[in-house]
Amino acid sequence: MISATLIACSDCDLLQRLPILAPGESARCPRCGNVVASKRPDSLNRTLALTVAAAVALLVANAVPMLGLTAAGREASTTVLGGVQVMWEQGQLAVSVIMLFAAVIAPALDIAFMLTILLAVRRPPAPNWVGTLLRCCHIIRPWRMVEVMMLGILVSLIKIAELATVITGIAMWAVAALIVLLAAISSTFDPDEVWLRVRWVRNSAHHQGAQRGVES
Amino acid sequence: MNTAWQSAASLGLLNCEDCGLLSRASPGMHEGRCPRCGAKLHFRKPGSIQRTWALVIAAAICYIPANLFPVMTTITPFSKSSDTIMEGVVLLWSPSSWPLSVVVFIASVTIPLAKLIALSYLLITVQRGSVKSNRERTRLYRMVAFIGRWSMLDVFVDTFVVALVQLQPLMVVEPGPGVVFFAGVVVLTMIAVETFDPRLIWDQCEVGHARST
Repeated sequence: MISATLIACSDCDLLQRLPILAPGESARCPRCGNVVASKRPDSLNRTLALTVAAAVALLVANAVPMLGLTAAGREASTTVLGGVQVMWEQGQLAVSVIMLFAAVIAPALDIAFMLTILLAVRRPPAPNWVGTLLRCCHIIRPWRMVEVMMLGILVSLIKIAELATVITGIAMWAVAALIVLLAAISSTFDPDEVWLRVRWVRNSAHHQGAQRGVES
Repeated sequence: MNTAWQSAASLGLLNCEDCGLLSRASPGMHEGRCPRCGAKLHFRKPGSIQRTWALVIAAAICYIPANLFPVMTTITPFSKSSDTIMEGVVLLWSPSSWPLSVVVFIASVTIPLAKLIALSYLLITVQRGSVKSNRERTRLYRMVAFIGRWSMLDVFVDTFVVALVQLQPLMVVEPGPGVVFFAGVVVLTMIAVETFDPRLIWDQCEVGHARST
């Protein structure tokens, strides 16, 4: 295993030696309090299991109706994609694209990339496109707004309940499950485990030395 | 301040923002690519202050029409009414659903405004070279990054209400021009959080040390 590793805090750039962490322990930057590393027991296997479950929940959430209503003998129901489509037809192109990305594309890409990464690192060294995918996941993640969408659905339910009788769809439960699974993924996943298994972009002559200290 | 504390940049070491690998800037070359993941390396995010200011100002401009224009219009055979975000919050206020009204108020009115103020405060203090309460300012930055996405709440609400209430000719809800400005505020401030480099908060105390020694 790696002995103490030299790292810099991503928030304040403080140079520090990372102590050896037992599974379940986290290290904080002594200067700014940022969590600089957190070691998770059996991180890659557990995350893989959770990611497979999240993929199923995501498929269900987008395939079946989210909510519906009945008013004066008429019924209407919508899926997430249906909502995006109506916004597009109403001329709110920018808004519908943002919604599509935040509610469907970002979570789908995140889960698909995570599945690929976790399967690819099972036999190290993993090719370096795995690192590229992991970078994409980091960029996508703030834009993945499943939990915001859930709250949005609840508020719109209350708003519509004044006008019509509301029916909740199965997709609501799938979204609820998806939120729990995504939260579980982010607490079990340790990206450092992936980076240790990825083949370096530049030739790996420095591999050993650099893991222990500074790449020169 | 602990004098033994040194930043990686002060020793010519680059921290990869993507994979966290430290590497030494190769002589001759200013900044390069991370040998492990191939990401571009920077001592600090390039043009961080200017870019963040530009995004914050753009978001502040969008914030005005976002609150003045209606976000949804309800059309029935007898009436037509438009609601702004604030009017939506008031409409939601009832004995049973007031907690949701509070949530929407916080997510749509308070958080965007607080984000703009917090980012401006961080930018101004960094530009003035402040060395006070660095830890708190870094925590403020992390908080802004964490809660920012919740402002998108109102856009989701509008989307679902509009999608469902299409009962011609009984009742139709149409999105208003405010929605796109509001979504703009959220997107612009989220990008601003990404372009701001919190390490700039800490750079000044090392400059101070260099001067005093």
